[in-house]
Amino acid sequence: MNIKYDEVDKLLTCQITEEIDHHTTEKIRRILDDEIERYIPKRIVFDFDKVSFMDSAGIGMILGRYKMIRMLGGSVEMINVKSNVRKIFEMSGVHKIIQIN
Amino acid sequence: MENKVKLELMSKSSNEAFARIAIAAFVSQLDPTIEEIADIKTAVSEAVTNCIIHAYEEKEGIIYVTCILKNREVTIEVQDNGIGIENIDMAKEPLYTSKPELERSGMGFTIIDSFMDEMKIESIVGMGTKVTMKKTIK
Ligand SMILES: Nc1ncnc2c1ncn2[C@@H]1O[C@H](COP(=O)(O)OP(=O)(O)OP(=O)(O)O)[C@@H](O)[C@H]1O
Ligand SMILES: [Mg+2]
Repeated sequence: MNIKYDEVDKLLTCQITEEIDHHTTEKIRRILDDEIERYIPKRIVFDFDKVSFMDSAGIGMILGRYKMIRMLGGSVEMINVKSNVRKIFEMSGVHKIIQIN
Repeated sequence: MENKVKLELMSKSSNEAFARIAIAAFVSQLDPTIEEIADIKTAVSEAVTNCIIHAYEEKEGIIYVTCILKNREVTIEVQDNGIGIENIDMAKEPLYTSKPELERSGMGFTIIDSFMDEMKIESIVGMGTKVTMKKTIK
């Protein structure tokens, strides 16, 4: 995972660099929660450029982080989402809640 | 043309990636498109993960994955000897999950149903579950 924090904009960018499934979400979730709690960002961007595979485990993982960030008063967006991953977000309606650019 | 492979996996989350990659490699002899392979990988991942989380509740168990190729039709069976499903119609409902506390979204069966041409679920409570899915490679 590549994490970047911009102090001025309070922007946290998280580039996920592995396949997302039940096995990998446990670790990804732990890292993200630590970073979010540390910075309390105003905006968080999840970069999916390096995510070649995601199953339903990713839906719960992203929605869980979304709820947490919203509770802290921040906003969420996703970028560079590949078509096979986008299909899963669209099927579950996640794209209506979180902006995919 | 007919071909078949059978995998026996311990119920460990690290085997999820192995199962979907192994089945994708086996199916690749039919020369599927990138999208067809992605759909099959996702469906296998959903069914195998369900065995680990639901059937065996993250405890020990064996998962059986069989893949049969018949002409251009791929049939994949994922079977467990776990807790079984009491109400299959409810389990198939989009967004239904018995484990919301684990951040599950209840979309696994809906994804399998939409990515594959056919999905059949057979289950006996206390005995186990078999999910059969089919897809014809165009
Ligand atoms: N192999 C299985 N053994 C026992 N119960 C199962 C099995 N597979 C699925 N189920 C039951 O069916 C429900 C729906 O499964 P589905 O895969 O659609 O959603 P989920 O696994 O709960 O969430 P998601 O797949 O989105 O992370 C599960 O919550 C579980 O109760
Ligand atoms: Mg599931």
